[in-house]
Amino acid sequence: MKRQIPLILCFLFGVVMLLTQFSPHSLSQGVYEEVLNWARIITPFALVFSTITLLQTHITRIRRQTEHWQYSFLVFAGIAIMVVVGIPFGPQNPVFEWLFNNVQLPMDATMFSLLAFFIASAAYRAFRARNTEASLLLITAIIVMLGNVPVGDLIWNKLISLTPWAETAADGSSWAKQWILDNPNLSARRGIILGVSLGVISQSIRIILGIERSYLGGGD
Amino acid sequence: MLTKLVNMDRRIVFILVALAVIIPMLFPISLPVSISEPTRNLYDFIDELPAGSAIMLVFDYGPSSLAELNPMAKAILKQCFDKDVKVIGLTLYAVGTTMGSDLMKEVAEEKGAVNGEDYVFLGFRPGNELVILGMGTDIASIYETDFYGTPTTELPMMENIKNYDQIDLVVDLSSGNLTEVWITFANVQFNQQIAAGVTGVIISQMYPYLQTGQLIGLISGIAGAAEYERLINSPSKGILWINIESFVHLLIVILVIIGNIAFFVQQEKEE
Repeated sequence: MKRQIPLILCFLFGVVMLLTQFSPHSLSQGVYEEVLNWARIITPFALVFSTITLLQTHITRIRRQTEHWQYSFLVFAGIAIMVVVGIPFGPQNPVFEWLFNNVQLPMDATMFSLLAFFIASAAYRAFRARNTEASLLLITAIIVMLGNVPVGDLIWNKLISLTPWAETAADGSSWAKQWILDNPNLSARRGIILGVSLGVISQSIRIILGIERSYLGGGD
Repeated sequence: MLTKLVNMDRRIVFILVALAVIIPMLFPISLPVSISEPTRNLYDFIDELPAGSAIMLVFDYGPSSLAELNPMAKAILKQCFDKDVKVIGLTLYAVGTTMGSDLMKEVAEEKGAVNGEDYVFLGFRPGNELVILGMGTDIASIYETDFYGTPTTELPMMENIKNYDQIDLVVDLSSGNLTEVWITFANVQFNQQIAAGVTGVIISQMYPYLQTGQLIGLISGIAGAAEYERLINSPSKGILWINIESFVHLLIVILVIIGNIAFFVQQEKEE
């Protein structure tokens, strides 16, 4: 029964919500609105579950004293402080705002900023013209990198000014970048989107019909 | 020597990148910014809106992406307040709440816009597509109050705004896949016009939607922010940072070229 009830509920709600998309009747739209309301009520519980899972993970780390287990206490401290300050006084509370603007914001921004250094180092090592495919990737990357910043057009315009096509071929760097985005990139992306969409449709049908049951977890 | 160059110590690359960021920051220069078509399309769309129109500005990003997306948000807000276009701010990303509210307040103070009359900030609600779908029927049913606790129905600006039918444009500023969620649920289901401002890494994902017209415009990364600042004639951090980024990109291109030359010379010697 532990598995049958969720399967029946999934089938019923899946089919009903699918049918509501094909009927403008007030009854159909009423059901659609009601189910959306239920879903909106259920969604915040995901936040509770994710917090519980996070706490469980770190409690296990502390209990087993895995590598760097001491840092798990910082997770508890972070959650506790933000909850104690945030829940009773709300997000406009000056202490909550101060903690966000002076702790979370700079730390988060710093972590992401480090990417620039690692990307530069990785680009230096990875962009090697070892074969045709790698050469194509390398050339495309250079065009897009230069086309995306003003210095690309500046260099292009300086070079082209030495030729008879100075006026007709101005801003060639950003034009080339735009062409790559508009054509080869768009075609490849569309293929990916179509593939993913067909996958999502087939997976949804499998879930509604109860063929795909991995979301129920293992065991009975 | 060649082997050292091919396998350059990454700390040297780090120092070079740091210098490429710090030097132009200390000695700023101004490079010409050319305007791309997707950025111009968004600017033109807002520019042609009559006074009193309303747009929705969605802060779907966190602190990690603020360097790219905050300048866009500021530029759009400045344009809207200058043209008397009403702005409804909100976020589907919990950490975007404080950032969105602070940013709207900051630009509103600069432009003399009044909370509740010229703009509102509704804050955060969990449930991405459920929030988007719900606002298609009734915004007040999802956001009973604004971020500051005032009932949405009591806000003067929201008197005549019930759902997407009264919203001329949704601009989603996003660092993830939420723009695609807006397209799927607000554009496809409710025919809502949508534009986006996204971080550099996800620009390429947006082009199929530009081509189909599901996105009426796109601001692409910090370059797009700089273009928008130029369009509204209000140079700010976008233009400053794109000039700095120019040097970093140039450095990476030079490093890649040097790395390849060293790689080929080394290979030739080995053969």
